[in-house]
Amino acid sequence: MTVRAAIAPGLWTDDPQPRLIGGRKPNGEIVFPMPQGDSADTVEPVMLSRRGRLWSWTTQAFEPKAPYRGPQPFEPYLVGYVELPGEVIVESRLVGATLAELVLDMPMELVIVPFDDATSTFAFAPETAS
Amino acid sequence: MSEDVYIVGAGIHPFGRTDGRAGRDQGVFAVRQALADAGIDWDQIGFAYGGSAAAGSADIMVNELGLTTVPFINVSNGCATGGSALASARHAVAAGACDFALATGFDKHPRGAFNPRPADYGLPEWYGETGLMLTTQFFALKIQRYMQLHAISRTTLGRVAEKAFRNGTLTNHAWRRSPVDLDTILNAPMVNDPLTKYMFCSPAEGAVALILTSGARMRELGLSGVRIASVAFRTRPEGSFEVFAPSIRAQPGGKPTEIASKAAYEMAGIGPEDVDVAQLQDTESGAEVMHMAENGFCRDGEQEQWLAQGWSEIGGRLPINTDGGCLACGEPIGASGLRQVYENVQQLRGRAGARQVPGNPRIGYSHVYGAPGLSAVAILEKA
Repeated sequence: MTVRAAIAPGLWTDDPQPRLIGGRKPNGEIVFPMPQGDSADTVEPVMLSRRGRLWSWTTQAFEPKAPYRGPQPFEPYLVGYVELPGEVIVESRLVGATLAELVLDMPMELVIVPFDDATSTFAFAPETAS
Repeated sequence: MSEDVYIVGAGIHPFGRTDGRAGRDQGVFAVRQALADAGIDWDQIGFAYGGSAAAGSADIMVNELGLTTVPFINVSNGCATGGSALASARHAVAAGACDFALATGFDKHPRGAFNPRPADYGLPEWYGETGLMLTTQFFALKIQRYMQLHAISRTTLGRVAEKAFRNGTLTNHAWRRSPVDLDTILNAPMVNDPLTKYMFCSPAEGAVALILTSGARMRELGLSGVRIASVAFRTRPEGSFEVFAPSIRAQPGGKPTEIASKAAYEMAGIGPEDVDVAQLQDTESGAEVMHMAENGFCRDGEQEQWLAQGWSEIGGRLPINTDGGCLACGEPIGASGLRQVYENVQQLRGRAGARQVPGNPRIGYSHVYGAPGLSAVAILEKA
C-alpha cells in the first residue's frame, strides 16, 4: 500500500479515525484550517467532529488554472460545504456519491483520500451505515 | 452631504474583445467620450480617480490626455475599483476640492476564468492546489443552497441568462449581441452545477469614464446631468458567506450587499419601491436572482414568479440589467461597476435607444459585488 503524504501538515489528525484540526478564537468562533503565523496567536487548536450535514455542493467540470495541480488527465470532481453541528461549516471535496445522490442536509463523514500519486487530502463522503 | 453632485458626462469603450487596443487605451477612449459628452476639456478636470485589475495604472493616461498636472489617484480595489473611484470623485467634488472630477475604470483580462493566488488572499497554498479556490464554485455553491431553501428552479436561472442576451442585442456596448434561447442555455455544458456556460459571465475588456461636478457649477455652465443621490461601499461583516472561504461561521451573519443597499437607500431617502431601473451584479444567473432579494426588490423565493412573469424585463415593473449586464457585456473588473452607472445615466437621460425603459424613469439603482466580499451601491436621480 502506498503511503501518501498529507497535502499540507496540520490539517487533520494522524489516527485511524482522523479529525480535521480547526481553531477556536477567543470569542468562541471556530475556523478551519487552524490559522498560521501571527494570526494563530490567540487561537486554540480544536479537533472537529468527523460527521456533519451537507450544506451545499457543486461540480467542478473544467480543469482549474494554476495553482491547481491535480493529476492528469483532469477528472471532474465534486465540491461542497459540510456543516459540523455547533462548530463550523467546512469546504471540502465530496466523494463516494454522484451529483444526483446529493441532498441538502444529508449526513456526511470525513475521509482521507488520494489526491495524486504522492499526496492525500481530506474529503467528505455520505455517512455509511457502519 | 452639503453639496449636490451630478454626473454630467459619461463615456464607454465597447465591452468584449478589442484585439490590438490596450486596456488603458480603451480607458482613454472612454474619457474622451465622457469629456465630449459633458462639453468640457481635459484641462478642466481638477481631480481624477481610476484603475484596473489587470491592465496597469490609470494615471499613465495623462500621457495621452494631456500633462495638465492634475492629481490622478490610482485605485486598485478589485471588483470595487469603479465604485471606489466614483465614491472618491464624488467626495472630491462635494468637498469643494475641484470643479470637475473624473472617475474611470478599464480592464483587459486573459481568456478563461480568473486564477487568483492563495497568498494574495491570505490563504494556504493547498486550498488552491486541491482545486477549491475558484470564484465560479463559490457562486454555484451559494445559488445551489439558495435554490434548495427558497424553491428556485433551474428554469429561472435560464430565464435570467435569456433576458441578458436579449437585452444585449439592443446594446451597442455589449459583447454578446445574439439572442440565446432557453433550451440552449439550460442544455449547455455544465461549468459548476447548477450553472451552465451560458449562465456565467466571462472576463473581458472595456472601459468607462464619468465626469462629476457640483449642481451649482452644472447650472452655472448650462450643463445637464443626473444627480448622485447616494453611493455606499461596504466590505463584508462577520459571518457572511463569501468567495474563497475554507470555512464559514455556523451562525449566519450579515451580507455586504444588504448593508451597502440599506445605507444607500437611507442616504438617498428612498426605498426599493421608488426605483425605476436597476443594474445588479450578475456574475452568473444565480447572482442576479439572489441580489434581487439582497437589494430589497423582492422577498426570497419570489424571483421564481418575477422571471416567469417578465417583471424584470425592459417594460416590466422593474427592468433589471437593461444593457444585458455582466452576462452580455462580460466582466472587465475595473470597468464593470462603472458600466452599471453608465447604463443608468443613459436610461435616466432618455438616451438608451432601443433598450430605453419606457415611462421616463427617474431613479436608477446600481449594485456591484465582488471578491473578497464587498459591495457598492449607487443611486442616481434624474435632475
